[in-house]
Amino acid sequence: MSQSFDDISAQLKSRHRKSARLKWISMGALGMAGLFLVLFFADMLSKGLPAFQQAYVQVELDYNEDATRMGRAAMDPEVSRIVSRSFERLIPGMLRDDPDLLGTREQRWVLANSEVDQYLKGHRNKLSEAEREVVDELAESGQVTLKFNTTFFSRGDSKMAESSGILAAAVGTVMTMLVTLAIAFPIGVMTAVYLEEFAPDNRLTQIIEININNLAAIPSILFGLLGLAIFINFFGVPRSSPLVGGMTLALMTLPVIIIATRTALRSVPDSIRHAAFGVGCSRWQVVRDHVLPLAMPGIMTGSIIGLAQAMGETAPLIIVGMVAFIPDVSASFTQAATVLPAQIFTWAGEPDRAFVEKTAGGILVLLSILIFLNATAVVLRKKFERRW
Amino acid sequence: MNMQTAPRHGQTPEVGQPHTRNEEASHDLSIRVRDLSLWYGQSQALKGLDIDIFEKNVTALIGPSGCGKSTFLRCLNRMNDLIPGVRIEGLVEMDGHDVNTARMDEVALRRRVGMVFQKPNPFPKSIYENIAYAPRMHDLVSRKAEQDEVVEKALRDAGLWEEVKDKLHQPGTSLSGGQQQRLCIARAIAVQPDVILMDEPTSALDPISTATIEDLMDKLKQQFTIVTVTHNMQQAARVADYTAFFHLGEIIEYNDTRTMFSNPATKKAEDYITGRYG
Repeated sequence: MSQSFDDISAQLKSRHRKSARLKWISMGALGMAGLFLVLFFADMLSKGLPAFQQAYVQVELDYNEDATRMGRAAMDPEVSRIVSRSFERLIPGMLRDDPDLLGTREQRWVLANSEVDQYLKGHRNKLSEAEREVVDELAESGQVTLKFNTTFFSRGDSKMAESSGILAAAVGTVMTMLVTLAIAFPIGVMTAVYLEEFAPDNRLTQIIEININNLAAIPSILFGLLGLAIFINFFGVPRSSPLVGGMTLALMTLPVIIIATRTALRSVPDSIRHAAFGVGCSRWQVVRDHVLPLAMPGIMTGSIIGLAQAMGETAPLIIVGMVAFIPDVSASFTQAATVLPAQIFTWAGEPDRAFVEKTAGGILVLLSILIFLNATAVVLRKKFERRW
Repeated sequence: MNMQTAPRHGQTPEVGQPHTRNEEASHDLSIRVRDLSLWYGQSQALKGLDIDIFEKNVTALIGPSGCGKSTFLRCLNRMNDLIPGVRIEGLVEMDGHDVNTARMDEVALRRRVGMVFQKPNPFPKSIYENIAYAPRMHDLVSRKAEQDEVVEKALRDAGLWEEVKDKLHQPGTSLSGGQQQRLCIARAIAVQPDVILMDEPTSALDPISTATIEDLMDKLKQQFTIVTVTHNMQQAARVADYTAFFHLGEIIEYNDTRTMFSNPATKKAEDYITGRYG
């Protein structure tokens, strides 16, 4: 006997309820993830955005004889206590470079120290009552104010929060990534091409394949140890340099690029290879003219993702000495340098409260670069995607 | 040939020769195959084949699925080299050379033996580039004008020129299935090979495109030797000068197409052609 629609509907009710419940649970999970993301960004933005503003103070500089020895002497003693010491230290040098300044006076906007900065931003600070009065007074007459923080983008690290910047780390990151890319991309792609297009499928290549997959799962700090033992101790590459950092990160990025490239090569249909062999291509011509161009979007996406991963890496760089106080912008691949995440790590350990916003500001810069890189990966993929 | 497959009519022909001659066809030898066997790992797919393939003819290979006709076709340009675990014994001779020796460069062989596949597989490049790629790679053209000429000639010979001459720089994959297959034929003939192998070239196409390709094969045989695998017996009857019937890795009968379809020499071929199995 067959069932009526009513019977069937009755049974279906509980099934529909279940699927509705599951739908709500998965939507809840998504909402949760979204909420965390929003909280994280809100926190970073609220902490980090103030770092892009910095307190400046307008002072009258009197370039007298004493100032050639002690910069402080050029300023009113009351004001000098709220000016950054990093500026005071510059004055004798300025006078040495340009002796004509001696005996002249000028009005100039200079960096205030970090306590003033924190006071103006409403954060906890160590200004005394008297100093606060001075600041309030100057603020009223417009001689102390928050301005766009050019220092943050044009200087390296400093022990004084107000004059520390992200540039050295950003340049270090770019140089390190160039080394990583120059090493990991060609080696990774060619390894994958060999394994996928040339190598016979035997025990040896299977062992290599398993090992490459395992390599991708190794804790990154071990790559740092490898870099220390081989590149620094054995080959004598200068420590803390973008060269050794890039080489170490290249080791880490290699398996990611190899796996991404192999996947991309495998997704190229065999009919294309047969067509190419059919018109008399050699194996290398098949790969170069037909398979690689089709696999390129996948390869580039994988490589950029791998690079972005390497860019956010700190642990292996601790071992090769790139997490350190590096105040100067590195001028060559063998000079000491630091990278963005290492800089963030260093700042996070500073006792001075003013470094909290520097840390968050550094994270914002790093995040923006990573988002930019990932967006590039998506755009490249869309642009070079071809039908076959 | 064993007793069961011995011809019922007349004398056994010489090794590799068709049972009956097609008097209209040319009989200059293009490819000579003797005692050709092929194994995929342990299983033997071809069992001591002998066949002479004549120049400027269409030779059709027919037979039930899995009988080895496509495998045999791929032996003629060594496409089986790409499959791991394949072992080949016997002689495939072209122009006095054994193609299966290490001395024969498979690239040189494929330069003279072109191939068209079951599913149209144009390169994901422009129509122009699909044709121009191979001649340029083989150094057959040096100047741009020469290249343009080769592209036009190949497309004209493949009967595609009128349809694509205004969109040579559109992707080859934008064409219809039948046009794509003719593009693949144009690509194969652009390097002026001696032989064109076709592996069920119309099985993915509609009847009208199929008819166009069949007409094309008829025209192309004036310039090229064509060996085609087909599942479609009417097609073999329409286009082929000679037909070889394969069964379980053996050539049961090789005969003039007309005789094969009207008066086959073997019982097995007759059963297959009349649709008793297949």
